[in-house]
Amino acid sequence: MAGAKKGLVLLDFWVSPFGQRCRIALAEKGIPYEYSEQELLGAKSDLLLRSNPVHKKIPVLLHDGRPVCESLVILNYLEEAFPDASPKLLPADDAYARAQARFWAAYSDKVYEVGTRLWKLKGEPQAQARAEIVQVLRNLDGELGERSFFGGEAFGFVDVALVPFVPWLPSYERYGEFSVEGIAPRLAAWARRCAERDSVAKSFHPPEKVDEFINLLKKTYGIE
Amino acid sequence: MAGGDDLKLLGMWASPFVLRVKLALSLKGLSYEYVEEDLRDKSELLVKSNPVHKKVPVLIHNGKPVSESLIILQCIDEAFAGTGPSLLPADPYERAIARFWAAYIDDKMLPALNQSAMGKTEEERAEGKQQSLVTVETLEGALRDCGKGKPFFGGDSAGYVDVVLGGLLGWVRASDELHGVKPFDPERTPLLAAWSERFGALEAVEPVMPDVSRLVEFGKMLKARLAAPPAAGASN
Repeated sequence: MAGAKKGLVLLDFWVSPFGQRCRIALAEKGIPYEYSEQELLGAKSDLLLRSNPVHKKIPVLLHDGRPVCESLVILNYLEEAFPDASPKLLPADDAYARAQARFWAAYSDKVYEVGTRLWKLKGEPQAQARAEIVQVLRNLDGELGERSFFGGEAFGFVDVALVPFVPWLPSYERYGEFSVEGIAPRLAAWARRCAERDSVAKSFHPPEKVDEFINLLKKTYGIE
Repeated sequence: MAGGDDLKLLGMWASPFVLRVKLALSLKGLSYEYVEEDLRDKSELLVKSNPVHKKVPVLIHNGKPVSESLIILQCIDEAFAGTGPSLLPADPYERAIARFWAAYIDDKMLPALNQSAMGKTEEERAEGKQQSLVTVETLEGALRDCGKGKPFFGGDSAGYVDVVLGGLLGWVRASDELHGVKPFDPERTPLLAAWSERFGALEAVEPVMPDVSRLVEFGKMLKARLAAPPAAGASN
């Protein structure tokens, strides 16, 4: 692409867990990139609108000017476009294991989807969201089992996809009136384990900041 | 078919997601055992194979179950890389584009089409119709820009996005009679209209497509069920 900036640029937003997925993967693989904080609550940049005209959302990974959108698509792209970068986040020669990883990575989206309903809604719909989030976390806890990571011995694709929601959990616990330690103790231990990783620690914001952001969103949506 | 490869597909005849898997298997020339599920009385095998969602399709390969149509398609492509054409392109960037549009179809287009048909109020259905128009026109743009004049989203031959969209074709065809709407209107979206004829006529596709009149009857029944209150003791 003529005149396009060489290398990688990540259009992102500080608190976005979807953006964090990309930051963590890039850090784990030691792939250099330029981070570009985007204005989302105000006017979106021309670059963002041009790069993701369909959704106008972050994260967008620009590679030599060419945009890749959607966090899980970006994760798959990093695996494939940088075959020499290690570690591999997806299991190498096992189509079935890769399918399982993709399944649980996609499933992890539910934490955010249901969690959002927890703070947005009231009454019966909120109660439903409460029951659902507990089920989702239990399912994840069950899938993790006694392993250190969803990737087995090593931090992998599902771990990267899920870990950015960890700073949101304290808020969800409050709105949902449950405790992760109580309903999904293995997942709670996994969260603590992941937080020790450099790539994760460097991209995380403290839960208080996340909670502040949820309050900001509530104000924006006119929710009490 | 490769020796020792045992494929079993748990499905439901009207499901567009199941159809995607049938299309992929057919395009790649793979044989499999098909098991029709009664979704109101799910089999033990289905519940055991997909405990999280308990949904079809599930593809069981040598006893190992894979769920979610998009994930199944990618798994078939990888596990049977040497058999028949590839669904996804080889180039990583092109793969990303294909995955993007598959996600778009499922996250944006399908819910809109669903709402336009099954929305509980007149207002909801109207909103769904509006959204459907937007998404279908966006997809028309994708076929024009990414397709670059080629017959399929996958280029000269059908690929991943063609199969993902192709799964919806049965319902797209039924839609005219059911709702008086042509989702791929030849006037508004000429490329998509032409694509659906072309894709539907493929040798690997035609025999796998569900019977449209049967879909219409099924659709009418679903609509009636939605309108009427559930009978006492009926399960979901």
